[in-house]
Amino acid sequence: MFDFLDSGQYDVLGAFWVTVQLTLYSAVGSLIWGTVLAGMRVSPVPLLRGFGTAYVNLVRNTPLTLLIIGCSLGLSQTLGINLGGETFKETGFRLAVLGLIAYTGTFVCEALRSGINTVPVGQAEAARALGLSFFQVLTLIVLPQAFRAVVAPLANVLIALTKNTTVAATIGVAEAALLMKEMMENEAQALFAVFAIFALGFVLLTLPTGLLLGWVAKRVAVKR
Amino acid sequence: MSSVLYDTPGPRAKVRNWIYSGIFVVLFALVMWWALSLMAEKGQLAADKWTPFVTDGQVWTTYLIPGLLETLKAGALSMVIALPLGAVLGIGRLSDHAWVRGPVGTWVEFFRAIPVLMLMLFSSALYAPQFMDVPSDTRPFWAVVTGLVLYNSAVIAEIVRAGVLSLPRGQTDAAKAIGMRKGQTMTYVLIPQAVTAMLPALVSQLVVILKDTALGGALLGFAELLSMNRQISANYSNTIATLFVIALIYIVVNFALTSLASQLEGRLRKSKKGTGAVLGAEEIDDPVPGANTAAGA
Repeated sequence: MFDFLDSGQYDVLGAFWVTVQLTLYSAVGSLIWGTVLAGMRVSPVPLLRGFGTAYVNLVRNTPLTLLIIGCSLGLSQTLGINLGGETFKETGFRLAVLGLIAYTGTFVCEALRSGINTVPVGQAEAARALGLSFFQVLTLIVLPQAFRAVVAPLANVLIALTKNTTVAATIGVAEAALLMKEMMENEAQALFAVFAIFALGFVLLTLPTGLLLGWVAKRVAVKR
Repeated sequence: MSSVLYDTPGPRAKVRNWIYSGIFVVLFALVMWWALSLMAEKGQLAADKWTPFVTDGQVWTTYLIPGLLETLKAGALSMVIALPLGAVLGIGRLSDHAWVRGPVGTWVEFFRAIPVLMLMLFSSALYAPQFMDVPSDTRPFWAVVTGLVLYNSAVIAEIVRAGVLSLPRGQTDAAKAIGMRKGQTMTYVLIPQAVTAMLPALVSQLVVILKDTALGGALLGFAELLSMNRQISANYSNTIATLFVIALIYIVVNFALTSLASQLEGRLRKSKKGTGAVLGAEEIDDPVPGANTAAGA
C-alpha cells in the first residue's frame, strides 16, 4: 500500500522540512513584527495607534492566499522585488515568509494586546511614579508579564501558522501540501495512504507544539 | 485619555508626541513614495490600469460579482452544513459515555490539526472519476465545501463545547434539582444559552471560512473571487490594481462581519437577561489541539 514511497520519486521528509523552515522563519518574524505592532497600538502617540489599528484590521480581513499571491504576482513578477532570492525556489520561499509574517503579525499583536490588559494598572502607575518613561514601562514592566500571560494564545497562533504554511503551495513553494497534491495526482490508487502520511505529518508537527507550549504556559503564567 | 501605560499628556508630552508623529509621517511617506515610484516605473499607476474598475462595468458583471457570489455561496453553504454537524460533534464530546466521547474527540482533534488546504485537495482527489466521479465543472466547488465543512465543523464543535462549559455550574445543578435528565438539561437549559453565548464566535468563524475559500481558487480551479485576478489582469494587464480591488472587496465584506460579531458580543455582555457568559471572537480565534487545555477552552 505504501510501496510508492520506495520508488525514491517523492521526498516527503524534504517537503516537511520546508514546512518546518517556513514555520520557524515566519514565527520569528511575526513575533517581532507583532510586538512592534502591539507597541504601536498601545502607544501614547495617536498616529501610531491609528496606523496599528488600521493595519491589523485591514490585513486580518484579507485572505492569506491573497497576501501570498500578491507577494508573488505583485511584488516579485510585476515590481521585480525578489528579496534577494536568486533562484525561483529561493524567491518563492522568501516571498511566502514575507506574506506569512505580514498576516501572522496581526494575530501576535492582538494576542499580546490582550496580554497587556492583564497587567494590573497599579504596576504601570508605580513604574511611572518611579519616573520610568513609556518605553521603559512597556519593555521593563508590562511586556515581560504580558508575554508570560499569552504563551497559550501564542501557541494557538504558532499552530495556526504551521497549518497556514501550506498556503505557500499556491506560489509553488515545494512544501508538504504541494507534494501531497502532486502525489495524489500521480498515485491516485493510493489516495488514502497519501493523505494518511501527510495528515500524520501535520498531527506530529502541531500536537507536540500545543502540548509543550500548554505546559510552558501553565508554568510561566503570573499567578494573580 | 489615560491608560495603563501612560498619563494624559501634559504640555511636554504633547510636544514629544507631535515629534514622534512627525517622524512617523516622514518615514511612512518615504516608504509610500518608494513604493509608488516603483509602481510608476513599471507603469502600474497609469490611469488605464485603474479606470476599468470605475468606467468598465463589465469587469464587475463578468468577473468580480460572479466571483464574489461563488465565494459567498461556498462560505454560506459550508457554514450551514458545518453548524449542525459541529453542534452534534460538540455535544458528543461532552457525552457521559466514553464510547461516544472518545471517537468524537479523536475525530475533532484530527480534523483541527490538519490544514484546510489539505482537506480540500483530498476531497478534490476523492471526487475524481476513479472514486466518485462528481461532474468536473462542479468538482472544485464541492471539494472546497467539503474541506471547509470537515475543518470548520471540528472548530465549531470546540466552540459549542466551550460555549456549554462557559455557562455557570449552577445552571446544571438547578436542572438536576428539578429532576431533569442529562438530555433534557442539554436541550432545554444549556444549548439555548450556549447558542447565544457562541453567536459572536460563530459569526467571526464565518470570516475565516470566507477567507479560506480563496485556497480553492488558487489550487483547485474554483472560480471564486480571488481567482478572478488572473482573468482580469490578463485582459487589462493590471495585476496590482486588480489584487488591490479584490483585497478591498474581501476587507469590506469581512470587516462588516467582524463588526457584527463584536456588536453582538457587546450587546450580549450588556444584556441583563443572559447568564453573562459570552464567547468572544478573540477567545476562539482558530483554536488548536492541545493548546486549549492550558487556556481552559
